[in-house]
Amino acid sequence: MNTMKFSASVLAMLAVSATAAAARDQIQVAGSSTVLPYATIVAEAFAENMDFTAPVVEGGGTGAGLKQFCAGLGENTIDVANASRPIKEAELAECRANGVNNIMEVQFGYDGIVFASSINGPDFALTPQDVYKALAAEVVVDGKLVANPAATWADVNPALPAQEITAYVPGTKHGTREVFEEKVMAAGCETSGALEAMTVLSDADKAEEACVKLRTDGRSVDIDGDYTETLARIDSNPNGLGVFGLSFYENNTDKLKVATIDGVAPSVETVASGEYPVSRPLFFYVKKDHFGEIPGLKEFAEFFVADAIAGPGGPLSEYGLVPDPELARVQQAVAAETVVAAN
Amino acid sequence: MTDVTSQPPRPVDPPAAPARRSLLIEDPRTRRRNAAERRFRAYGVVAIALAMGALVFLLFTIFRDGTSAFFQTYARIPIAIEAQVVDPAGNRDPAEMQKVLTMGYGKLLDNSLAAYVEANGIEIEGLDDRDLSSFFSAQARADLRNAVLANPELVGTVIEAPVMTSSRIDGMFKGRVSRESAAIDAKTSVAQYDLAMAMQERGDLQTRFNWDFVTSTDSSDNRPEAAGLGVAILGSFYMMLIVLVLSLPIGVAASIYLEEFAPKNRLTDLIEVNISNLAAVPSIVFGILGLAVFINFAGLPRSAPIVGGLVLTLMTLPTIIISTRAALKAVPPSIRDAALGVGASRMQTMFHHVLPLAMPGILTGTIIGLAQALGETAPLLLIGMVAFVTTYPSAPPEGFLDPASALPVQVFNWTQRADPAFFERASGAIIVLLVFLLAMNLLAITLRRKFERRW
Repeated sequence: MNTMKFSASVLAMLAVSATAAAARDQIQVAGSSTVLPYATIVAEAFAENMDFTAPVVEGGGTGAGLKQFCAGLGENTIDVANASRPIKEAELAECRANGVNNIMEVQFGYDGIVFASSINGPDFALTPQDVYKALAAEVVVDGKLVANPAATWADVNPALPAQEITAYVPGTKHGTREVFEEKVMAAGCETSGALEAMTVLSDADKAEEACVKLRTDGRSVDIDGDYTETLARIDSNPNGLGVFGLSFYENNTDKLKVATIDGVAPSVETVASGEYPVSRPLFFYVKKDHFGEIPGLKEFAEFFVADAIAGPGGPLSEYGLVPDPELARVQQAVAAETVVAAN
Repeated sequence: MTDVTSQPPRPVDPPAAPARRSLLIEDPRTRRRNAAERRFRAYGVVAIALAMGALVFLLFTIFRDGTSAFFQTYARIPIAIEAQVVDPAGNRDPAEMQKVLTMGYGKLLDNSLAAYVEANGIEIEGLDDRDLSSFFSAQARADLRNAVLANPELVGTVIEAPVMTSSRIDGMFKGRVSRESAAIDAKTSVAQYDLAMAMQERGDLQTRFNWDFVTSTDSSDNRPEAAGLGVAILGSFYMMLIVLVLSLPIGVAASIYLEEFAPKNRLTDLIEVNISNLAAVPSIVFGILGLAVFINFAGLPRSAPIVGGLVLTLMTLPTIIISTRAALKAVPPSIRDAALGVGASRMQTMFHHVLPLAMPGILTGTIIGLAQALGETAPLLLIGMVAFVTTYPSAPPEGFLDPASALPVQVFNWTQRADPAFFERASGAIIVLLVFLLAMNLLAITLRRKFERRW
């Protein structure tokens, strides 16, 4: 009877799955979608050049990746987490609570964050102050906190084009958002004197919180998807200004026009030299305890930060990574298997 | 009635007068009714036209954007395998030569292209080293390295083989990159555009059909021109195999029991309601369930087709049970009565008579369920199928545990990448997915036609 055959095969399948937990021979990576393209480039080159199985790389966002990373040790957990921000104290604590004690933090380069608009639109020369005044939820007018009245960029700064304010900003699940809040909104808040004014109105903590709060009247739109979604939004709304990673912009310079910040145009060089203010380091985290178990894990970490990969002229900088000037020190730390100190 | 006939005919009331007119002339009421019917038909035609229009628009845009993914531009120029680049130790030992990484082989291609430009007397203003080094795909370096390592004899010779060009060069022959857009594109330049056109004029650049798009593995963001669907197709195939093998017997057995043997009581009513409900549960819920049960609890690996298959089985089961029960119900009771009447047991009646007659309906339901599962993305997001996998899973059953991707998530994956060439690939992948779905639906129709019986 067919049913017999079927149930036999079902049992066979279950037997196979019961032995599933045995031996995984490929490295598993997950985390930040900003780091994802770099990690795939490294994984591809690693599989090509070394005698190890190709690593499997997933995205999902920095927070989700670190959560998976800290879920515990063993073959059912990932070996490497990509992050576009340093690991938080709370995440470290969760890691330790789950027995993940020996974590290596590897900073492999920098990424610039750029403001870009439609290629056919006017030029933008922004300062953090302009962006803060255009996008903050509440601004101080005549010593009072009011909902942001600015409707066009010219309202904020007469030197800017009289174009409707519409900004596409990465949603809160993105690591990019934090950098944007810190390096643009908070910085603009401080230099414009709004922080001081708001501190007078309430207390310092509340003022700092208010600084990074974006307006919700539709002029600032949170994008929870990827940069491709932001690009599509700008395609359909020529007035839009979007926040992108430098590498994404470099791949789409025929569609986007980049804005200068404080008069500096973003490029690999200006980010590396520190002239361009809005940048952040990129990281990946490795479980040292998996070194013996997963073949090639240490080699992968070393390969990732090798000069031929992450250095100037390597495939990562070809894609848009700003190489870490202190790569040699990072290489030493990886070779010495330095772990994040417990505190 | 009798009253009417016994009374003398009364003079006819004026309103009734039209009734005596010819049947061929419409009275106002009939005209209104006919007009209403015509309007209703027009609504139907408009609805169908709208639906067809949307479908045609969808297919048109997909094919417009996607067909170019099946073609790829290759250059045919002499490549000198310089010994000092690929074998610095000079002893032709593959173990030594392996130390030269893929990136090192770029130099060979750059030098060969520079030599080609000089030999052919191509003069282009502003052609610099960057234009030369970004002319070929990064995949070409890897292919060259593999060829040299497999056959160290090649060192020191000049070979002539098709070399894959980069996505921007490829785009110039697909209308994606124009001379104007090349001028503002950081990844290419006008000089590179002119070089590509000059090479094409000489017949050294050719765009040809690209099987690799269907067979090769995914590739990183640096080489969109090399990305293929091989792993995704295998992963989807493995998952469909698991879904078929698990959901068909379980689904059919469950529906036969519920339909023919189960007592009708509160419990079976509850089960029925639940099955109908499950069919409408959003698929992402099955993904969350799969993550919790199969990966976190049962310890199955992430990104493996077996987990995807199990999750999709759960999702497909209600569809199969509902359609199987409908098929069983549609078998006339006279068949059952006759079989029971000649002394067959209930199980014999079921398996010898009812089930074969219900088979076309069951098969159709199964295939439609499978087609639905094939296109499902949401539950796969949570169990790690949206991964970058560059090795083919091995043959089943071990292959069920190897990491793999799936067709719909590959589409999802490619639409998120920065290089515009991936957009074309995503549309190409949709075409492949549509071909699979069409094939499955045709199979369903053929099977139904073949086994269908009418009474």
